Amino acid sequence: MTQQYEAVIGIECHVELKTETKMFCGCPNEFGGEPNTKVCPVCLGLPGALPVPNARAIEHMLRAGLAFGAEIPAFSKFDRKNYFYPDMPKDYQISQYDMPLTIGGSVTYWLEDGEMRTCRLTRIHLEEDTGKSTHAGSGDGRIAGSDYSLVDFNRAGVPLMECVSEPDLRSAQEAVGYLESLRLTLLQLGVSDVRMEEGSLRCDANVSIRPAGSSQLGTKTEIKNMNSFRSVQRAIDSEIERQIGMVEAGERIVQETRGWDEVRGVTHPMRSKEQAHDYRYFPDPDLVPLEPATEAGLAEVRGSIPELPWQRFERFTAQYGIAPKPAAQLVGNPQLAAYFDRVATITGRPQASANLVLGDLSRLANETGVAVSESPATADFTAELVHLLEGRTINSKIGKDLLERMWRGEGSPRAIVEREGLAQTSDPDAIEAFVDAALAAHPQVAADFRAGKTNVAGFLVGQIMKASGGKADPALVKELLQKKLAAPS
Amino acid sequence: MSDTIDVRYVAKLARIALTDEEVDRFGAQLADLLTHVDALAELDTNAIAATAQVVESRNVQRADSPAPCLDRETVLAQAPQRQGGFFRVPRIIAE
Amino acid sequence: MSGIVERGAAEIAREVNGGTISAIEVTEAALAQVDAVEARTGAFLTVLHELARKVAAGVDARVRGGERLPLAGVPLAVKDNMCLTGTRTTCGSKILEHWVAPYTATAVARMLAAGCVPIGKTNLDEFAMGSSCENSALGITRNPYDLERVPGGSSGGSAAAVAARETALALGSDTGGSIREPGAFCNLIGFKPTYGRVSRYGLIAFASSLDQIGPLARTVEDAALAYEAMSGHDPMDATSIDRPVEPAVTALREDLRGLRVGIVREFDTEKLGTELDAAYRRAYAELEKLGARMVDVSLPTADYGLATYYLIAPAECSSNLSRFDGVRYGLRVDAPDVQAMYERTRAAGFGPEVKRRILIGTHALSSGYYDAYYVRAQKARTLIARDFENAFADCDLIASPAASCPAFRFNAKSDPYSMYLMDYYTIPMSLAGLPALSVPCGWITPAGGTNPMPLGLQLCAPLFGEPLLLGAAHAYERATMYASRHAPQLGGEVRA
Repeated sequence: MTQQYEAVIGIECHVELKTETKMFCGCPNEFGGEPNTKVCPVCLGLPGALPVPNARAIEHMLRAGLAFGAEIPAFSKFDRKNYFYPDMPKDYQISQYDMPLTIGGSVTYWLEDGEMRTCRLTRIHLEEDTGKSTHAGSGDGRIAGSDYSLVDFNRAGVPLMECVSEPDLRSAQEAVGYLESLRLTLLQLGVSDVRMEEGSLRCDANVSIRPAGSSQLGTKTEIKNMNSFRSVQRAIDSEIERQIGMVEAGERIVQETRGWDEVRGVTHPMRSKEQAHDYRYFPDPDLVPLEPATEAGLAEVRGSIPELPWQRFERFTAQYGIAPKPAAQLVGNPQLAAYFDRVATITGRPQASANLVLGDLSRLANETGVAVSESPATADFTAELVHLLEGRTINSKIGKDLLERMWRGEGSPRAIVEREGLAQTSDPDAIEAFVDAALAAHPQVAADFRAGKTNVAGFLVGQIMKASGGKADPALVKELLQKKLAAPS
Repeated sequence: MSDTIDVRYVAKLARIALTDEEVDRFGAQLADLLTHVDALAELDTNAIAATAQVVESRNVQRADSPAPCLDRETVLAQAPQRQGGFFRVPRIIAE
Repeated sequence: MSGIVERGAAEIAREVNGGTISAIEVTEAALAQVDAVEARTGAFLTVLHELARKVAAGVDARVRGGERLPLAGVPLAVKDNMCLTGTRTTCGSKILEHWVAPYTATAVARMLAAGCVPIGKTNLDEFAMGSSCENSALGITRNPYDLERVPGGSSGGSAAAVAARETALALGSDTGGSIREPGAFCNLIGFKPTYGRVSRYGLIAFASSLDQIGPLARTVEDAALAYEAMSGHDPMDATSIDRPVEPAVTALREDLRGLRVGIVREFDTEKLGTELDAAYRRAYAELEKLGARMVDVSLPTADYGLATYYLIAPAECSSNLSRFDGVRYGLRVDAPDVQAMYERTRAAGFGPEVKRRILIGTHALSSGYYDAYYVRAQKARTLIARDFENAFADCDLIASPAASCPAFRFNAKSDPYSMYLMDYYTIPMSLAGLPALSVPCGWITPAGGTNPMPLGLQLCAPLFGEPLLLGAAHAYERATMYASRHAPQLGGEVRA
């Protein structure tokens, strides 16, 4: 991006809440299943049916709001958003218009280089999801050119959180950082499964540009149809580039909705179904108002909020001194982060712990398909291993071996070391004896080394390690060997 | 307060096709009703809160527990048009 | 056998519980009456011969098994805007002409649990919008007291069915007067409980913040029994009140001593013409004779009731009726694309009154008009409710005419607004959510008419004042017995 321009980005997310049942009825809230099998008079919009709000969905909203530092208002209500569409069972959606469940707040997130940023939230409100329609006859499943559509109402009525950010983001990277922090937080709070591939997290971006240093907002476009964080990044970058190109060519940006085309890597204008819709919002007379601030149990919810991902990231980088990339990796996997935390706490050796967790343990997890936190290699065992290694009780080769054995369920590494006498030899006299023996056995190698072929030292180290049954402290071996080789024979 | 009501626009919002005759007839009848309704402007409602509900209850909610669904055949038996397990509708043209 | 259809609910329940008559016998008598008079009244859209017999057999089995049911074997007609599983539920509209409900409304289920036998689904103004039953797209219902006149609306079919002895009890729904006005037109008790007292789950919505289900019956005692059976909190309806239902049947009283009855200054009956004015003055005098102290009260914003109602109700209904779109059930008129399908389906499926109300309601909610219309109307509503609160500081009950005239001839009110005026007295109570009923208070032979037609007195109590309301109505009923002075004019098989 040229120095001259600044991008201004806001993100709007729809998050399906993790509840057993739908927002206004007792039908199951679960992904998949045969079409139209999870419906009842209420979520099908049958004549005479009435909605009753799901208490857990409201609780999730309050939990999320509190976690993001939002204001919980004294008064809130549901409003009807009226429009006609085949996936809308009542041809109005129960949503919230001017009195959402949470107001303001912010999402703190981290960049690749470890820098922390904050993006403010405008609001988070609660509504019900629509059904799903699939389109036939157009060849590519799109609406355009289709002959007819098929509608499944299983998803209709699923509780949906709409989270709107202020346009505080300035790059595609920031947008993705924001989304990652938001997603991990909601996952950790148990508020949602936030799986983009299942549609439980959907997001749109509002993108505009302006001359760097300006405080006026440029015309924004809304970008839809981004199905992964990678798409979000590519789509926003593409749109920024497009807008800059237009502005530099003297063209005007049109306020419109644009769809991201994953295959062609561009956005294209969508005929907006939202064009000049008069939604005729009014308070839903079938529902009574909410008083969230005085909601019984709010204090409990407040007290139940754990350390959030961004707080954990900050602690890992600032307190533990872990580099941003591994820290992000850990934070990105809450179970792994908790595992690592325990190891680091017990051992007091965060860096070594991180290396082990993200290195060999994660490799084993990938190979065997078992998560680190669910493997027989418990955090306590790993902590033992870290101690053994850091204290140079064993060498790294033995360490790797023990790790594999821990993973296979052989239990405490300390016990194994004791039982099998695997402690490495660090006695300088014993090591010297091994070194002398090796030098004596391979005089030509020693001569070669002194003649300048320094790489042959590795061969000698190998011999010494073999002779010692792998237990010689490799560092000491190298040290003594260098000393002896350097000394005149 | 009472402008003439744009019957065609409102009918579009409400998704009801009207004949020209109906547009005229309803237009006149609704304009008549609106002149009566205009009387409300006489009331001093500045400091008054709107009643969305007569009842005073708050926070009515239900526990997150499952209830029986409708059997799919029952659901689809009266569908104006169905295809397999789906409701079928004519093409949706994105406006 | 012939006396059975004349009996009221209380009496039938006593006899069925006591074993002196079976639910089946009562049902057969009702069905025979239906067969005899339906051609004249047109009260029912669907008669439930088989279901009635099946349910009656079930009631008899329960009673034989030792159960005592408050409404054992009582025939019940259900207004066709209430769902009853397996029955056609049409709302008097072409758009639902063939729709069969897959679930049962809570209020209906409670009546059945109490021992009622469903005789059929009754005719109504389409989607409960109207005051004469003339807006039904599926049939014509006639007033049993004069077949050339309307039964009232929107619960016209339910009222006609009870008046014609086709059933002992009927469920109606009242949004602006749709139980009370037909009750008045058909010589019945038409009772609308406090808003939220009776579950709306399964009542096909017209105006959500106003709709209430209530009974139509030939005596106050029957209405009280029905009310006790149908009311109470329902977790399926978020607007239903969670508050114990106080007994009403035991609150029935013989006089009005110690009560203050408010007569509303703004409801000056002189405006109704000499005869009606005299009739209502006499009714008020009768209340006084029963021991009530008559008090002059004022409802300054009562005159704004109509305007308020005719913004709020259409606004809510415009949204409630959006779901009738041809996608999931009901009528569909085909079209090349879905939006055109909506437009043609709704054009063909809705009658003119329904269209008018959807249009005005949509307008009232639309951008640019919302504050001036809808919000202002909701504020006016607050003022009206407040007026009642103030009035009830000085009285225990309010009395007024239930309607501004007796049942009129078909097509007498062709101008929509003149029909809206029929709700003038009943609308303010609906807006304030208050319990109110109509009780027979006289007869009048309208100009140019041959039959005496009944008049209704409206009584209204504060919120949750049902026991007081029914109690007072009972006292008035017993002292005056207007209802029994004339029989329905059904020709041939007239029961006296």
